[in-house]
Amino acid sequence: MVALAAATALLAGCSSDGDTNENPLTGGKASGDSVVVGSNNFPESNLLADIYGEALKAKGIKVTYKQNIGSRETTYGLIKNGSISVMPEYNGALLAHLDQKAAPKTLDETTKAVNAKLDSQLTLLNPASAQAKDSVTVNAETAEKYHLTGKSSIADLKDVAKDLVIGASPEFQTRQQGLVGLKSVYGLEFKSFKALDVGGPLTRAALEKDDVQVADIFTTDPKITEEKFVVLQDPKNLFGFQNVQPLVHKGTLSKEGVAALNAVSAKLDTETLLELDTQLQAEKKDPMDVAKAWLKSAGLG
Amino acid sequence: MNVLDFARAFFSDGAHWHGYDGIPTRFAEHVGYSLEALVIAAAIGLPVGLVTGHYGRGGNTLALIATAGRALPSFGLLVLMVIWLGLGMLPVMIPLVVLAVPPILVTTYEAVRSVDPSPVDAARGMGMPEARVLFQVELPVALPLIYSGLRTAAIQIVSTATIAAYVSLGGIGRYIIDGLYQKDYEKVVGGATLVAALALVTLAVFWAVSRLTVSPGVRRSG
Amino acid sequence: MSGFFDLPSDLQHSYLGLVGLHLREALLPVLAGLIVSLPVAQLCVRFRWIYPPVLGVTTVLYAIPSLAFFVVLIDYFGQSETTVMVPLALYSLVVLVPAIVDGVRSVPPETLAAAQAMGFGPVRRYLQVQLPIAVPAIIAGLRVATVSSISLVSVGMLIGNQGALGNMLYDAQTYERSALAVNSVLTIGVLGVLADGVLVLVRLLLTPWMPRKGAGR
Repeated sequence: MVALAAATALLAGCSSDGDTNENPLTGGKASGDSVVVGSNNFPESNLLADIYGEALKAKGIKVTYKQNIGSRETTYGLIKNGSISVMPEYNGALLAHLDQKAAPKTLDETTKAVNAKLDSQLTLLNPASAQAKDSVTVNAETAEKYHLTGKSSIADLKDVAKDLVIGASPEFQTRQQGLVGLKSVYGLEFKSFKALDVGGPLTRAALEKDDVQVADIFTTDPKITEEKFVVLQDPKNLFGFQNVQPLVHKGTLSKEGVAALNAVSAKLDTETLLELDTQLQAEKKDPMDVAKAWLKSAGLG
Repeated sequence: MNVLDFARAFFSDGAHWHGYDGIPTRFAEHVGYSLEALVIAAAIGLPVGLVTGHYGRGGNTLALIATAGRALPSFGLLVLMVIWLGLGMLPVMIPLVVLAVPPILVTTYEAVRSVDPSPVDAARGMGMPEARVLFQVELPVALPLIYSGLRTAAIQIVSTATIAAYVSLGGIGRYIIDGLYQKDYEKVVGGATLVAALALVTLAVFWAVSRLTVSPGVRRSG
Repeated sequence: MSGFFDLPSDLQHSYLGLVGLHLREALLPVLAGLIVSLPVAQLCVRFRWIYPPVLGVTTVLYAIPSLAFFVVLIDYFGQSETTVMVPLALYSLVVLVPAIVDGVRSVPPETLAAAQAMGFGPVRRYLQVQLPIAVPAIIAGLRVATVSSISLVSVGMLIGNQGALGNMLYDAQTYERSALAVNSVLTIGVLGVLADGVLVLVRLLLTPWMPRKGAGR
């Protein structure tokens, strides 16, 4: 087995183009002096990676992308060891990953709390005002059956949760901002959990078809209005603040690069993000095209 | 921690033994999917293989179909079927059946075709109708090879059925996919161990079935 | 943006680039498997008692699903091509070792005796007599290993887009562009059939003494 692994690695190493052969978990820094922008496995993350990456390129910085890597559980490890230099993050989700018990009341508190828990190799740049939250969303049938409206709270599911199936990404099952928090903060225990994807086509389809009655859908998802899904209020702020905020491995970005990313965040608000997501998902445009067009219109590209 | 520690931790955690995500449920789901796929594949592969093998025709066509079936990526087919058909059992069954038909079909064909012609001719000479020649003379002799085709198919199904979890179904693959996204290696290693164990159980079942149903005379000469 | 061979930007490759990447990720492991399986098989032929345990171990390895293998190996090789290639090399080994053992064992003892009588040493006898006679069996094994390797690379998509042509499946799903999935499945299928054809051709070239007809297995 060892000999075989060695033979494979050797052969792989011998072949001409070595660009894909770095070793993210054991290997060191990203190759050369190019900035590696990573993203999680959902479209908005790809889009944000493209936006931040292209903004760096516009300043003449060399950028390579590592898209659709996987869940935060994976990408956080990769940025910590330096195989990724920049990740578009969501501050509240990142905080929940680092500290299950944190319950900040304001954006400033969120920033402080994350910074306190962040690995010493990492730093967060300025947050954008744009927020994309995970949410507890029910489909139209369920909303009608239990008289739920946009003003209803997650807590209103307390007595009926035992009859409902909830669907979300596999990692939702073990996250504080997921089943764990829904139980400890709101006391909800669902009939069962169906592992789908990160607010993507499987989740939407399952909610539409009533395979699940409740699902984690991004608040920036254009399908919410289209399909008359009802997003429940989160009075206890379980899903917290979810501002888009670039996470950076220290020393991989020049001052100019930092300034470029901050300039992007300063112009990125929720309305813009919703509009860009619509272009991506409803109009099926390529994320890179959407990113470039927006940067240009914002005077950043 | 090495792989064995992960496996030990997984199986000793009481929480993994009950509920909709417990080992018994997931194991049963996996066996269910696998059996369903194997039965459908056998229902297609066995009759076609028996008939073509009996008449000794169509070998090249079968070989072509088998190669094409093997070359189609199960995982890709699964994703494509989910895009076309939505979530459910059907999009998972299609790639599993496509995967399992070729080994069953080709081995059955070969098994029947390569039966020693002298007893077959003798049976025909005695005036046996073709159907009886196939089922009473050729089939018993071909049985061990036919089983080996079914066994190959079953092992491939058991191993490949794990990808059903990617499109939200249950089965042991659930642990592997969930473990990947939750970065929980206990689950991944536990899941892999369970699938490998199920594959070994499958081998054992086939061994037992072939002991019981293959005529001792055939067994001795094979 | 809607052409059949136009790929979304996040794949970061052209269609042909992905084809090249796919072939590399699929074929290098088969080559590694072949290189390692030749001496292993020779050992199994020389020392008969090794063969059953080797078969047992390989059967168990073969039963472990590729996805599980990939995910477990992330711990050792990261989310990289190597993580995809090591299991594929193992699967190739599992298919090739028995194929080669059976092939080499099928050499009739009279032939070996004749070679010995002609003064062939063990190395020369292996290279010039046993190996050539085993070629059909080895190629048969290579065909199975190659086709399944080409198909399995696509699962690498799940571990951070390491699946070459399989990566198109992710975009097909998230951006609801089924044409990408059709493209991925068909291209992988065609590559598999072509590789299979090439191996058949290689066998015909390497074994000119074999009858040409009736080889369609």
